[in-house]
Amino acid sequence: MSNATTTPVPTPSKPKAASKSKAPAPREINGSAAVLEAFLEEGVDTIFGYPGGAIMPIYDALYDYQEKLKHILVRHEQGGIHAAQGYARTSGRTGVVFATSGPGATNLVTGLADAMIDSTPLVCITGQVFAHLLGTDAFQETDVINITTPITKWNYQVTDATEIPAVLAKAFYIAGSGRPGPVLIDITKNAQIQKFSYEGYKKCSHIRSYRPKPIVRKEYIEKAAQLINQAQRPFILFGQGVILGKAEKEFQAFVEKSGIPAAWTLLGLSALSTDHPLNVGMLGMHGNYGPNVLTNECDVLIAIGMRFDDRVTGRLDKYAKQAQVVHLDIDPAEIDKNVKSTIPVWGDCKETLPLLTELVEKKTYPEWLKRFKDYYKEEVDAVIKEELNPTTEQMTMGEVIKVLNQFTDGDAVIVTDVGQHQMVACRYAEFKQSRSNVTSGGLGTMGFGLPAAIGAKFGAPDRTVVAICGDGSFQMTLQELGTIMQSELDVKILILNNRFLGMVRQWQQLFNDKRYSFVDIASPDFVMVAKGYGIAGQSIEKREDLPNAIKAMLDHKGSYLLEVFVGKENNVFPMVPQGCSVSEIRLK
Amino acid sequence: MQLEARSLQLKNMNPNKQQYTITVYTENQIGLLNRIAILFSRRKINVESLNTSPSEVEGIHRFTIVINETEEVVRKLCRQIEKQVDILKAYYNTNEEIIWQEMALYKVSTEEIAEKVKVERLLREYGARAVVIRKDYTVFETTGQREETDKLVEVLEPYGLIEFVRSARIAIIKDSHGFHEKLKEFESTEPSEEVVENEFLDKQDEVFTM
Ligand SMILES: Cc1ncc(C[n+]2csc(CCOP(=O)(O)OP(=O)(O)O)c2C)c(N)n1
Repeated sequence: MSNATTTPVPTPSKPKAASKSKAPAPREINGSAAVLEAFLEEGVDTIFGYPGGAIMPIYDALYDYQEKLKHILVRHEQGGIHAAQGYARTSGRTGVVFATSGPGATNLVTGLADAMIDSTPLVCITGQVFAHLLGTDAFQETDVINITTPITKWNYQVTDATEIPAVLAKAFYIAGSGRPGPVLIDITKNAQIQKFSYEGYKKCSHIRSYRPKPIVRKEYIEKAAQLINQAQRPFILFGQGVILGKAEKEFQAFVEKSGIPAAWTLLGLSALSTDHPLNVGMLGMHGNYGPNVLTNECDVLIAIGMRFDDRVTGRLDKYAKQAQVVHLDIDPAEIDKNVKSTIPVWGDCKETLPLLTELVEKKTYPEWLKRFKDYYKEEVDAVIKEELNPTTEQMTMGEVIKVLNQFTDGDAVIVTDVGQHQMVACRYAEFKQSRSNVTSGGLGTMGFGLPAAIGAKFGAPDRTVVAICGDGSFQMTLQELGTIMQSELDVKILILNNRFLGMVRQWQQLFNDKRYSFVDIASPDFVMVAKGYGIAGQSIEKREDLPNAIKAMLDHKGSYLLEVFVGKENNVFPMVPQGCSVSEIRLK
Repeated sequence: MQLEARSLQLKNMNPNKQQYTITVYTENQIGLLNRIAILFSRRKINVESLNTSPSEVEGIHRFTIVINETEEVVRKLCRQIEKQVDILKAYYNTNEEIIWQEMALYKVSTEEIAEKVKVERLLREYGARAVVIRKDYTVFETTGQREETDKLVEVLEPYGLIEFVRSARIAIIKDSHGFHEKLKEFESTEPSEEVVENEFLDKQDEVFTM
């Protein structure tokens, strides 16, 4: 490897694809134009980016493509990549980002890590210094490939323009296929400028060293069905795999025929309508009571497109030990990674679910389902009633979400930041359709909310998009208000202000004897800040103003910022404390 | 030597840990060495030896990596390795399942060695070969397993071993049929059921003992 020279990316020339469209006559273009041509061929319509020296040739080429490619100038590259993530999550397509070398590229790191752990398809293009300057500590030279290797599904440095069409085809194929993920292509400036004979674009559909979907093996589906059919207390856990596989219908059919109660992970939320009778709620640290406790009582656990994250499992050696586990996943590395499966069903759930549905018996489990309902009642009494209809003077986050539900009717896209407000929003927001919940799950990135909401709106322009932000999180990326202003976008911003870094404060209260160490965060007048960006808004403190304020926000033409002051020291419950088993979930 | 003792100690700490040799077939891509290496370092796994070389198939590279770990860890690691886009296949084997060799070079003072050691006996006994003989120093070479190359170090140390170096392990898998057939599978867009990544589903015992 050490003496390897730059090798062209192997492009399997497929006669079939070539014969379909007659190859256009070669023409002379530069590397930058080749990047944009690739975007057009891949159906890209929106780019989130920020220019700079090392990517100037691409921006120069973009000048001539403005009619065909919309470019959104963000205020920070992190905002750009989170926007692309939001776009990908609501549209189901690959998000695209431009950034310059050095600081531009390093500003992408958080978003790449976030997209990697949450399996979000992205193609990020970074400019790089001239190839002859690589390794010389040139101005704004950073080893972006090595920095991003652990947080990209694939990355590649282009130093020769002739590579660009094949490399971009490969990038889009890898980002969007199998278990999706972020791809970064670093292009040296000379390659952006270099002219070459462009012979058209061939989409990539096969890479010999890459198998996006394992082959479905019927015998394992049969074994899984057998296990499920014999079960007395089966339980479904579903994750984002259902959404990424665009298998919501197939999933619902499986749930309805099998009659098995189903609970979601944070990222699985909205794959199944929240009011579905078999939807028993949320799993994990701040999930619902029943799903957590009954995980340790079910006899067959059917995990679909989820990866048993530690926030879902709690203490692993006390997790579902009594259950036989059927695990459906597209990524072979996920099977048996955290929880040992009895029957592994490798494959795309869009293919495996219908096969399984076919073989499972139509059933209902009224008694078993009732146990979920009984636990739910307990949770209502201990937590939910007070959260949604508080007797306290100060408002709760839950009641704000409840009123929001009343006005959106479960049709809005809800984007969240990270913290208590995220957990409360995900616990109580209602969803009728898939791709409606955009949140940073695996990485828990504060500051994700506002930029992701911007992207979410571009990905779903006809839908209402509400960003639910914490006062702390919002201050991490609030400069993206500038992007909203300039793009004349309609994004609703709902800040749940508890004047604390609430989630950390909650832990300090519960586990560090209330030693509130640096969680008391001051905020500017958010309404005034918004006003500076030409965005309307208001701030409320009283319960009686809540319905009108929410209505005003939703009715307003264009973006709107609503700040709601909520109780300073409210906590999110239930809670599975770190290091505890899911059955040790606390109601207070 | 010290290292050997330490790894033995570690071995004693977790009796399930043993030496595994991981064989990885890859595309010839810049940056792949790093992509593989960080999978180990991220999990704080010490790589005992790493070799890269061409394989039996033209254009395909072969990494040979030795680590001391439990089978469960090694199995999961192999899946993470194989998941990387430019990697075709990763196998793991115990020492019993492979034929393996390392090569070592020893530099000693010619004067010392000529006076005190019966060179010929030494060469015969340890399968060593003199690569260079100069007035000031001599370089020996042996090829073999760790114990064999170590033994010669012991023998030469009293005579002032000036330099010693040992190569990474290279290994051949005893019951492998090579990668030519596998590659054909990989190259076809519609692989058959035999296709590699589902392979060990058939070995249920192994899958389910995890
Ligand atoms: C970038 C980043 N830094 C730090 C954290 C740790 N953290 C998790 S939640 C949280 C507090 C969030 O406060 P706020 O946004 O006000 O939301 P709240 O919990 O009060 O609803 C912090 C600091 C994080 N998740 N992300």
